[in-house]
Amino acid sequence: MTQETELLNIYIMGKSYQVPASLTIMNALEYAGYQLVRGCGCRAGFCGACATVYRIKGDYELKVGLACQTKVEPDMYLAQLPFFPAQKAEYNIRELKATAEQIAHFYPEIFRCIGCNACTKICPQDLKVMQYIGYAQRGQIDRCADESFDCVMCGLCASRCPAQIVHYNVGILARRLYSRYLVPPAGHLQERVAEVRDGKFDGEIAVLMTASANDLKKRYNERDIEPE
Amino acid sequence: MTYTPQLRELLTRVEATRNRRLQGYFPRLSAPEKEDVLKNFHPDYIEDSMRALQLGVNKGDRVPHELADLLEARSRLDDVWLDLQQLKYDVDVLVIGGGGAGAAAALLAQEQGANVLLVTKLRFGDANTVMAQGGIQAADKANDSPAVHYLDVIGGGHFTNVPELVRALTMDAPAALRWLEDLGAMFSKEEDGTMKSIHGGGTSRKRMHFARDYTGAEIMRTLRDEVRNRGLRVVEFCSAVELLLDGEGKAAGAVLYNMETGEYEIARAKTVILATGGSGRLHYQGFPTTNHYGATGDGLIIGYRAGARLAFMDTIQYHPTGAAFPPQILGLLITEKVRGLGAEPVNIDGEQFVHPLETRDVEASAIIREIKERGKGVVTETGMVGVWLDSPMIDIIHGPGTIERELPAMVRQFARFGVDIVREPMLIYPALHYQNGGLLIDENGRTNVENLYVAGECAGGIHGRNRLMGNSLLDIVVFGCRAGRHAGAVAAGVRVGKLQLGHVTAYHRQLEADGVDTGGRVAPLLLPRYTHRSQ
Repeated sequence: MTQETELLNIYIMGKSYQVPASLTIMNALEYAGYQLVRGCGCRAGFCGACATVYRIKGDYELKVGLACQTKVEPDMYLAQLPFFPAQKAEYNIRELKATAEQIAHFYPEIFRCIGCNACTKICPQDLKVMQYIGYAQRGQIDRCADESFDCVMCGLCASRCPAQIVHYNVGILARRLYSRYLVPPAGHLQERVAEVRDGKFDGEIAVLMTASANDLKKRYNERDIEPE
Repeated sequence: MTYTPQLRELLTRVEATRNRRLQGYFPRLSAPEKEDVLKNFHPDYIEDSMRALQLGVNKGDRVPHELADLLEARSRLDDVWLDLQQLKYDVDVLVIGGGGAGAAAALLAQEQGANVLLVTKLRFGDANTVMAQGGIQAADKANDSPAVHYLDVIGGGHFTNVPELVRALTMDAPAALRWLEDLGAMFSKEEDGTMKSIHGGGTSRKRMHFARDYTGAEIMRTLRDEVRNRGLRVVEFCSAVELLLDGEGKAAGAVLYNMETGEYEIARAKTVILATGGSGRLHYQGFPTTNHYGATGDGLIIGYRAGARLAFMDTIQYHPTGAAFPPQILGLLITEKVRGLGAEPVNIDGEQFVHPLETRDVEASAIIREIKERGKGVVTETGMVGVWLDSPMIDIIHGPGTIERELPAMVRQFARFGVDIVREPMLIYPALHYQNGGLLIDENGRTNVENLYVAGECAGGIHGRNRLMGNSLLDIVVFGCRAGRHAGAVAAGVRVGKLQLGHVTAYHRQLEADGVDTGGRVAPLLLPRYTHRSQ
């Protein structure tokens, strides 16, 4: 960084630190001297390891964000949620039905939803969490799968739910049910698996494996490329 | 952080040429042109970025300094007293690493009837797998075949790949995809169930399958859910700091380290699978990386000390499109799918200078050349230089809404910092992405150390000197399954001798005998050190 660094004050678990204003929360934690063990994963917004709860001094409202995806703000009080003791049903995906009853069997608490929408409000991915729980209640598994798709399973929704629903585990069950039972399997894929098993390509592969380096290069450089 | 007025001004040049570029066709480079750009601009060719190893199986082979520093370091157990016969875990198969390869290996090992333990340094699923957005290759369409896939893989790898591993990769690919589909991974499909597929860099057929742009995340969360459903034992925040061998030099377990309490624990196993991933967090040549926090190459270190052979560790993959702006997401992976959907790299004058779908090494080198030799890069106020990636082209080519539908993660990650990639191009620069090499394996994931297996990015040989997009998600599933299946089956016939760390003592003696200056370094690194950095 060549530019001058403007510092601002944040509170990490109540303790004050001066950090550059351009940093994300994660970089600010490290700048302050923390070598993270928990609360840090992919550093790119995919893994959900760094769910962070914060409040700005003088404001009562609790806000959230992924530490790697949220910039620091002046007088931010922050703490991370590195783990949430959520319940997960264990099931054999090959022996289920894609119905509302199936989801209700594993997660009956979804019907205790009181419609407070705290889950949606807290979701750092901006998902309509309460909405997809509604879809699950009504057996609209396709819509539940679609709406929950971008979930990173950070656990913030479950941490706020007065009905103690574990939304993200409902979401993955719905997605697996949808993909396995409601979407047709790819016919071309099954055919190809059978062809490989029956040895259809063994000869062609053997030719390539034993080809001379020059022959292989020639084949590669002259191969036809499917038009974009 | 939205684009500054200066950058906005430059953006008008990109917009001005867009229609013309949409009409035209930019030719791919010829074989000699590719060779030229690689030799002159690929970071692997920078002579003083590597050095020859001073000891071990690969003595004399060149590897990046950052890795050599760790291979030429002492064990973390140097001054630790351990009772190796005091077992905390005693299992059939020990899987080290909780990414996609580790999860697949654990599932398949258990299917062989083995008692499996999976340990992982961070959370289960914190791995490069979750970050792979673009796709997974498999030759499953009518105009494609495993042989065509084979040719793409081996050509992309500059004909250096181990043929048997390429055969395994391409022939197993359809079954690997079918396995994931059957487990309920939500691939993007047509109404009738046909898998959607597009091109990736270096593919000759449209065989890149995807789950929107959360492909790796979808595969990881499905496999993780399955591991949990099957009651497999998983211990998180537990790394392996050394392998244990028995008296005959066979792998027989590991010394584990509780990342939170700092205690060491002994795990005995009949077979061991290293699935520890890559090493982007070693920041070779100071590059920013797309890798997850734990990618410190631990498996390479402990495997090498135990006598396993490395291959292709002098070749690193730089992803052509890491984010160069905004600074908060420097190095963030911009999926190759963006180019697969039609976005072109464009220089400061708004001119295209390379076909968007060259192989990654060629594409990255062409971008570096455009900036370093031709001076056509765009400089930001932090001093970072990049070129544009013209994402708005995608909606023009495929219709409005395509970007938001196909690239929701990208849209979100840029929007968080004030850049709207539907309307504005991204600024990019190559980022350290993938360890092409690793510990050399055979078709069943075996190393030259008996009962030691490797799967995933930690393994070497499959991709030769350059991996194609979509072959890493494929590789972790194919070789994770192969290693798990074999290690699980073999374990039944293994009798483990007395656990020993003699190889570590011998390694230390060799360091001293060769007069290697370890500079106080210990390895594996376990976690990168980012404290007190201002960016």
